[in-house]
Amino acid sequence: MTTATASHDDHHHGPEKGLMRWVKTTNHKDIGSLYMWFAFTMLLVGGAFAMGIRAELLAPGMQLMDPHFFNQLTTMHGLIMVFGAIMPAFVGLGNWLIPMMVGAPDMALPRMNNWSFWILPFAGGILLSTFFMDGGAPAFGWTFYAPLSTTFAPDSTDFFIFAVHLLGFSSIMGAINIIATVLNMRAPEMKLMDMPLFVWTWLITSFLLIGAMPVLAGAVTMMLTDRNFGTAFFDATGGGDPVMFQHIFWFFGHPEVYIMILPAFGVVSHIIPTFARKPLFGYSSMVYATASIAFLSYIVWAHHMFLTGMPVAGELYFMYATMLIAVPTGVKVFNWISTMWRGSMTFETPMLWAISFVFLFTIGGFSGLMLGIAPADIQYHDTYFVVAHFHYVLVTGALWSIIAATFYWLPKWTGKMYNEGLAKVHFWWAMISVNVLFFPQHFLGLAGMPRRIPDYSLQFADFNLISSLGGFAFGASFILLTYIVIDCVRNGKPTTARPWASAKGLEWTLEPKAQYHSFNTPPSRALIEQESQNS
Amino acid sequence: MKRLTALLSALVAMMSTNVFAEYGLNMTEGVTSISHDIYDLHMMVFWVCVVIAVVVFGAMFYSVFAHRKSKGAVAAQFHESTKAELLWTIVPVIILIGMAIPASKVLIDLEDTSKADMSIKITGHQWKWQYDYPKEGISFISNLAQSHKDVVTGTDAEREAVGNYLLEVDKHLVLPVDTSIRFLITSNDVIHNWWVPAFGVKQDANPGFINDAWAQIDEIGTYRGQCAELCGKDHGFMPIVVDVVSKADYAKWVSEQQAEAKAAADSANKTWSKAELMTQGESVYNTNCAGCHKKDGSGMPPIFPAMTGSPIANGAAADHIGIVLHGKGGMPTFKMLGDADLAAVITYERNAFGNTGSVVQPSDVTSAR
Repeated sequence: MTTATASHDDHHHGPEKGLMRWVKTTNHKDIGSLYMWFAFTMLLVGGAFAMGIRAELLAPGMQLMDPHFFNQLTTMHGLIMVFGAIMPAFVGLGNWLIPMMVGAPDMALPRMNNWSFWILPFAGGILLSTFFMDGGAPAFGWTFYAPLSTTFAPDSTDFFIFAVHLLGFSSIMGAINIIATVLNMRAPEMKLMDMPLFVWTWLITSFLLIGAMPVLAGAVTMMLTDRNFGTAFFDATGGGDPVMFQHIFWFFGHPEVYIMILPAFGVVSHIIPTFARKPLFGYSSMVYATASIAFLSYIVWAHHMFLTGMPVAGELYFMYATMLIAVPTGVKVFNWISTMWRGSMTFETPMLWAISFVFLFTIGGFSGLMLGIAPADIQYHDTYFVVAHFHYVLVTGALWSIIAATFYWLPKWTGKMYNEGLAKVHFWWAMISVNVLFFPQHFLGLAGMPRRIPDYSLQFADFNLISSLGGFAFGASFILLTYIVIDCVRNGKPTTARPWASAKGLEWTLEPKAQYHSFNTPPSRALIEQESQNS
Repeated sequence: MKRLTALLSALVAMMSTNVFAEYGLNMTEGVTSISHDIYDLHMMVFWVCVVIAVVVFGAMFYSVFAHRKSKGAVAAQFHESTKAELLWTIVPVIILIGMAIPASKVLIDLEDTSKADMSIKITGHQWKWQYDYPKEGISFISNLAQSHKDVVTGTDAEREAVGNYLLEVDKHLVLPVDTSIRFLITSNDVIHNWWVPAFGVKQDANPGFINDAWAQIDEIGTYRGQCAELCGKDHGFMPIVVDVVSKADYAKWVSEQQAEAKAAADSANKTWSKAELMTQGESVYNTNCAGCHKKDGSGMPPIFPAMTGSPIANGAAADHIGIVLHGKGGMPTFKMLGDADLAAVITYERNAFGNTGSVVQPSDVTSAR
């Protein structure tokens, strides 16, 4: 990582030298980088678990591990990817970009910002340390349904609960910080409807986080008391109800999936207009669609629970509400395509990732619509069809947008340009292998392969083999990605302030490598209007 | 144009049910009215998605190819159109309503279990299914077949040879054809899910609660399914096999089972020799206990303690019986087994693996219940 940027730094002090810079920093750019590197490390760790899973599933029979360890891998893969990789990566992007995009000098609560980051490595460390405990890591799936996660869980579950609490603190503090920054630190001349879409989507996401994370904290606290203090929230023998756990979990869990995708919508809404050289088709309808999705995300949670024995009226309501989500999501997709329509497109790496996002995320949307049809969900539920669905929306949705954002803003973060040729090779490698990995899983699910099984009947062998080979190729693509990013930081060619000619946004008015302290004086109304997406 | 038509018809042929089934690409239609309805619904939504995908992706890729700078495209600057926004809000709503109506009909039908001719109670255990015929007085446990457990770490040829690898059990559920059957589904420990794809029945088994589902099966045959809710270590190893037979064969099967049940009840009343107990105990152990405590009694400490040298297996018989009957922590209860089987397996645990515990008779178990 580069250290001093003294030449760009006309403020009274620059970054501290050495390791303590990163420990003590309250600078939004430093903290953004910390978040991104932490998320990337966790992505590699969670990816390594996925390689273990795909290696065991390469062929029928148990070859590499026992079923208990397999369950630990699937559980930790999910937890690490959701809480360790995707969420921190978006907080990292938010940290880096939001102050620059709203013309603020830093986040509103910089010390809390430092704290909310530095909780993460400890939470992640505690979570990963459970692998080395007696009885192994949590093995009940990332959804940790009671009573498998209470009465029947390994002792390490209490550490898992503590880690989830810490991750929740961190997320809530991050969300408060973003709300405070956007609402209080925004340039005085910037109206809400001048804000870039990434800021809008993150603002709305923050409210989702504040609403959802305490519910998760409640769920794990009830687990804790059920396990250790003799309560019976989820234990029928004591008058509790295991299905209540699922209601509480998914009341968190469904907003959670939009927490992981709304900022992605924001990222793509920046990249497509830039490379289509055309304004975003419907700025205000994108804002309203985001808000509608956020609202709907709170009232559809039980579509994850169609088979728990809900009354038929409940199932009908949750089916209708779920189907409604297709409407604002459709508005977004139509807007992106209308933005591309009759544009003058070029296909630099960020644009490739963004178009690929629209294509593959929409496929995940179609399977989502199918899953929302309650009677059909009887056959899809807990099969590989679901696995395919949520990997299409989370990998080729959320992760894709994070990679797109990284390539798009990397020049602004480093002042240097990445190797475009290699980045395109990487894109096509990942794009093809991810589909080899996940597309056959639709077939596996429809043919009846349940998820979370370590071994399977022989008729599933062919597609599992294909999927595993795709998985290894996809995993290997991240070695190239690591190289491209490090190569850019170290050896990249110096770039200009606005490397993408048609890019709009206040961040592009800064120096090629954004100065350590930016917007010490707020931008003018004229500049804000000139850089607005809502023109 | 001709080539296009040929291509399209080939595509349609490829997508026909037969080919789908052969390569395991699509959902199977199944053998109940519900499974047919679900299949039709699935195909309808699928084709709606395909049509939308063709339009949306068609527009996107046309734009990607035609409106590129390298082809000299000059960017138009249009944006914001209330008309377009309204159009692409209202049209999807209409399509969704079109899907919701048939979906609601199917849902209401499949949730109505009031017309059943008979009931079967299904209880999930870690990691096996228990079937009870309340009216007929039949009850049994269905485990993954031993021959399949043996080849999990075996060779591909062995897995090929057992047939229906991992989808075979030691005792099939037997159901009559053309009869409306209500399934009452519950669990004894964690949440399981009883799923037979061909019936269109998949329902969570919640501990302490009873869920229901129904099916009227149209065709005689053998149908296979699996547990569909993560339920711990051997979640992947608790299959379901159902033999659907003619009504006459079903009646015959019921009377055979009732005779067997009577014989088993009698055997619990006699005093067994140690050798008899050990033989019977070994087979009960391998079916029910070896998954965690291992065939050689070494267990998987510390979660699943070893049998060898265990203070329980070498201590007082009453404590040992208590743990097997009622479970402890992660160890589930085994009270659903018969008294003779329990006495046999406890005796086996106390005398195999180098242990030196006492012999337990069925009557000891009966009085401990």
